[in-house]
Amino acid sequence: MKISVTVNGTVHESDVEPRTLLVHYVREVLGLTGTNIGCDTSSCGACSLHVNGEAVKSCTMLAVQADGQSITTIEGLAVDGEMHPMQQAFMENHGLQCGYCTPGMVMAATSLLKENPNPTEEEVRIGLEGNLCRCTGYHNIVKSVLAAAAK
Amino acid sequence: MIPAAFDYVRAGSAAEAISLIGQHGDEAKFLAGGHSLLPLMKLRLAAPSVLVDIGRVTDLSYIRDAGDHIAIGALTRHMDVETSAVLKEHAPLLAHAASHVGDPQVRHRGTIGGSIAHADPASDLPATTLALGATYVAQGPNGTREIAATDFYQGFLESALAPDEMLTEIRVPKMGGAGWSFQKFNRRAQDWAIVGVAAWRGSNGSGVALVNMGSTPILATSVSNALAQGASVSDAAQLAAEEAEPQSDLNASPEYRVHLAKVLVRRALEEAGK
Repeated sequence: MKISVTVNGTVHESDVEPRTLLVHYVREVLGLTGTNIGCDTSSCGACSLHVNGEAVKSCTMLAVQADGQSITTIEGLAVDGEMHPMQQAFMENHGLQCGYCTPGMVMAATSLLKENPNPTEEEVRIGLEGNLCRCTGYHNIVKSVLAAAAK
Repeated sequence: MIPAAFDYVRAGSAAEAISLIGQHGDEAKFLAGGHSLLPLMKLRLAAPSVLVDIGRVTDLSYIRDAGDHIAIGALTRHMDVETSAVLKEHAPLLAHAASHVGDPQVRHRGTIGGSIAHADPASDLPATTLALGATYVAQGPNGTREIAATDFYQGFLESALAPDEMLTEIRVPKMGGAGWSFQKFNRRAQDWAIVGVAAWRGSNGSGVALVNMGSTPILATSVSNALAQGASVSDAAQLAAEEAEPQSDLNASPEYRVHLAKVLVRRALEEAGK
């Protein structure tokens, strides 16, 4: 099926099988491998990206459902080589260890701040409940999100 | 994990969706937010040959004050239920329960109608709307009909919807300031409840429903009857599992679930009574 998806500001026309998952589409068709696949069961959040500005788990969405929609992946956050404030905050606060969950964490966190620009620490923890860090580096991740909110 | 191959068609309206599902027969399924169906398809526990995508039927996404009840379009997302000012005022139990579905990413996609039509006893919103005495509206080729929540759940993942019917609206009576509580017991933040309780108590009675205590969401009528006859909260809570037939799984034995139900119903009624 033919779809037209705007990804990080660029319109992509593609012909995909209906069963193609959005995460496979961005990784394998568009080559945007910053979005990771973790659990593949909508639990871990590693595959989080934005659809029309809201974080979703791209392992639980079909590429055909994204037809006509606007997608932002981790590659689309930086502008002209300048890191997004959330990425900057993760760097400054050591918000990552192995880094595998990081793209999903950053995408979930930017979506969270859009809905709640000044969250409490507890609201950040609850807001990131859909993202797992197997290094258990949550403390600095929460610190990073709070730092980004304060910017 | 990749689903088995299927054909995909997109409906622009409820009428078109019903006509498409009629054309494709029993092997077709409606796709709304996809957060119940797609995981099943990825595990190959479901393999519909046709998906009728109703995700763009935007006129079924609404929350309206309809006098004695709130009317919610079936395609309203959990996030919109959770944040609705109308629901926070008139059916705060439902708005609160919606905030416990999955996680934010799931709530950005999943819909109230999809959750109810999926009829999973472990889901939060079937039991919550059952506790609230909701009515569901289904549209089929011959028009619409109302189905009481008490008649809707017929077995594990089985509802009263005919194969060519689509759930279009959920009608939730206004709570009129009744006290309420939602208790969800799980081991990890985003999990399904091992046992959950949705409860309200007001001047005109009470409603208590259980999550994951049988093959369907369970209305704990014995608890409400006991309260109506003047039983104390702790005595009424002892009857929590009278209507339930809890199953055993990795998380809990039936005995443990019965224990949890009694404790959680007591806590819920205490909170609702404050």
